[in-house]
Amino acid sequence: MSIEPRSPPPQFALRLKRTLGGRAGWGGFALQIIFVIALAWIGYQIAANARTNLETQHITSGFGFLRNTAGFDVSQNLIPYSGSDSYTRVFLVGLLNTLLVSVIGIVFATIIGFMVALGRLSPNWLLSRVAGAYVEGIRNLPLLFQILFWYLAVLAALPAPRQSISLFSSVFLNSRGLIVPTPLAGPGLAQFVLAVVVGIVGSLVLRYHARRELFKKGRLITVWPYVTGLLVGLPLLSAVAFGAPVNFEWPVLKGFNFAGGSRLIPEFVALLVALSTYTGAFIAEIVRAGILSVHKGQMEAGMSLGLTRGSVLRLIVVPQAMRVILPPLTNQYLNLTKNSSLAVAIGYPDLVSVFAGTTLSQTGQAIEIIGITMGVYLLLSLATSVVMSFYGWRIGRSLGA
Amino acid sequence: MKRVVVVLTLALAAGLSAQTASAETLKTVKDRGMLTCGVSQGLPGFSSPDDKGNWTGLDVDICRAIAAAIFNDPTKVKYVPLSAKDRFTALQSGEIDVLSRNTTWTLSRDTSLGANFTGVTYYDGQGFLVKKSLKVNSALELNSASVCVQTGTTTEQNLADYFKGNNMKYEVIAFAGADETVKAYESGRCDVFTSDVSQLYAERLKLSNPADHVVLPEVISKEPLGPMVRHGDDQWFDIVKWTLFGMINAEELGITQKNLDEMAKSDKPDLKRAFGTDGNLGEQLGLTKDWLYRIVKAVGNYGESFDRNVGPGSKLQIARGLNQLWNKGGIQYAPPIR
Repeated sequence: MSIEPRSPPPQFALRLKRTLGGRAGWGGFALQIIFVIALAWIGYQIAANARTNLETQHITSGFGFLRNTAGFDVSQNLIPYSGSDSYTRVFLVGLLNTLLVSVIGIVFATIIGFMVALGRLSPNWLLSRVAGAYVEGIRNLPLLFQILFWYLAVLAALPAPRQSISLFSSVFLNSRGLIVPTPLAGPGLAQFVLAVVVGIVGSLVLRYHARRELFKKGRLITVWPYVTGLLVGLPLLSAVAFGAPVNFEWPVLKGFNFAGGSRLIPEFVALLVALSTYTGAFIAEIVRAGILSVHKGQMEAGMSLGLTRGSVLRLIVVPQAMRVILPPLTNQYLNLTKNSSLAVAIGYPDLVSVFAGTTLSQTGQAIEIIGITMGVYLLLSLATSVVMSFYGWRIGRSLGA
Repeated sequence: MKRVVVVLTLALAAGLSAQTASAETLKTVKDRGMLTCGVSQGLPGFSSPDDKGNWTGLDVDICRAIAAAIFNDPTKVKYVPLSAKDRFTALQSGEIDVLSRNTTWTLSRDTSLGANFTGVTYYDGQGFLVKKSLKVNSALELNSASVCVQTGTTTEQNLADYFKGNNMKYEVIAFAGADETVKAYESGRCDVFTSDVSQLYAERLKLSNPADHVVLPEVISKEPLGPMVRHGDDQWFDIVKWTLFGMINAEELGITQKNLDEMAKSDKPDLKRAFGTDGNLGEQLGLTKDWLYRIVKAVGNYGESFDRNVGPGSKLQIARGLNQLWNKGGIQYAPPIR
């Protein structure tokens, strides 16, 4: 039986006074109201004056420019885009490029971070020193410098298109990027996708079943042969029965460059490598700190149960460490997204480059465009925070904290 | 970062000072004792600093000439190096008094930026620089090429128009600064570097082996380059406009740095008007009577400035071409001083 503390009388005014006024009471409350009003007034004055001054100087303002034709091209677009599309489309192209490099960068940075952290904590002398050197070397050099290094180093090492390094005459590497055959939909694509989906669902069901059996009856079922059969065999069978799921468009050297095929531009690769190795170094330290924050008795207890070091880390230590790791990890994710705006230095067409750069100087509407761009980064950051908070909440719940 | 700072300054300047953009630029400049002039981040022949930090070039001469006309001292200029995409914001926010930075005069820039072009210092056009080893003789052979370009320029749009108009494919890689663009071209990321022809010649000098690169014969656009000032101050607009006109008129009248003092004693009516020994044209501009004398003494006439910075007297060796005076086969023409 628990004793419940006596709750204070639910007086709305009192609570309001306490929340807003604090110890100062109603006087403090009034002061805060006045402060907010003053802030709002200053904000309004700035906006209103800016508006009048822009009008008197005949600087075009408003968002009408978004419908105008852009008239310039972009080297990497995930959605169809040509110079005759509008600035809105340019905005989307830039945004998607930013998202692409950020999301892939976050995945790689996390993998690198965890691997380096585990390496640094490893009892192996060489491994821990190499990981330590990596962290200290990478995180102490300016990011812009690293981006330029990767870009110029990568470019300098690569040959011209006519002297491409080729792999089986289908994958080519040169100073224009990495060129691979483009997959095109084949006759058996639908059946193939269906087979893959069935395989994945089947495997998940099997795993669920095996875990239940293990926890309820203590019966260990070996599932991996069935899972392999489902994931590899089923799609293979479908391909044999219904024909190849994809055909390839092969790259061919034509004129200055390869025609056909898909291309990974060097700007993207350089930016991705720089962002993920740089952020990875920070994440490594965060993960290391998180793991060290878990009492070493947990590790010892796990080891004494006969689990391997890997299993102890995976099943016992890391889940507990995640609670400590998560908030600073979110910070690093946000940093990576924001740092991707350094792309402009190497000509990767991200949001800042094509929208806050080219579009701004073509239209001259600095206030609107910088406003939109800042809003987008704010939204991206808030969205990342929300996702990570949700994950943190789930971890907290599952650990019963 | 610089961009954000500039924009915030713009927002604050636009927001907090209720009466900006008044006819006060000349007074502000005089009170400050210094002209602030927006220039490029280093384009040989137009605006670039030497190893002692002194700026020289055709665009810089405009700044020096304005300073000479106001202060009788061409060194009273503070140069603000600006990238192509930051230049207009700097002008709008009042960070600079005049933008003299190889900027192409177009309709949309004239109307939507809250600024005016004051004249044409250099008639340019867009061209292509390629490696000789590519064995390309015409821009029409550039189908499927990768092209390096500086972002925030009219070049970027001309490029799109030209390749689309000729049904050619290309890949564009746009960089923020001229140096990065040239570096990427040199490292082999692109087959072609495109910019205004004058700039191609200037940038070619920075390459490790300039003789291995060639400017293709096609000129695909009109690029009249000129200085810009903010809207709303007509007196200042006139001063900047007539500084250039004065230099062109001086060349037409045969006034040079060498014969300046001799010419100033002349009895010819047009020379007397120009030197202010007759009438008060300079004062009507808000300057002094000897404004043109001061300008020519400081930077020479237009032709002298051209020769010294981009012509035979420079490393660029660019021919006068369109920039020759109207009566010598070019199109440089200034309204008369009277």
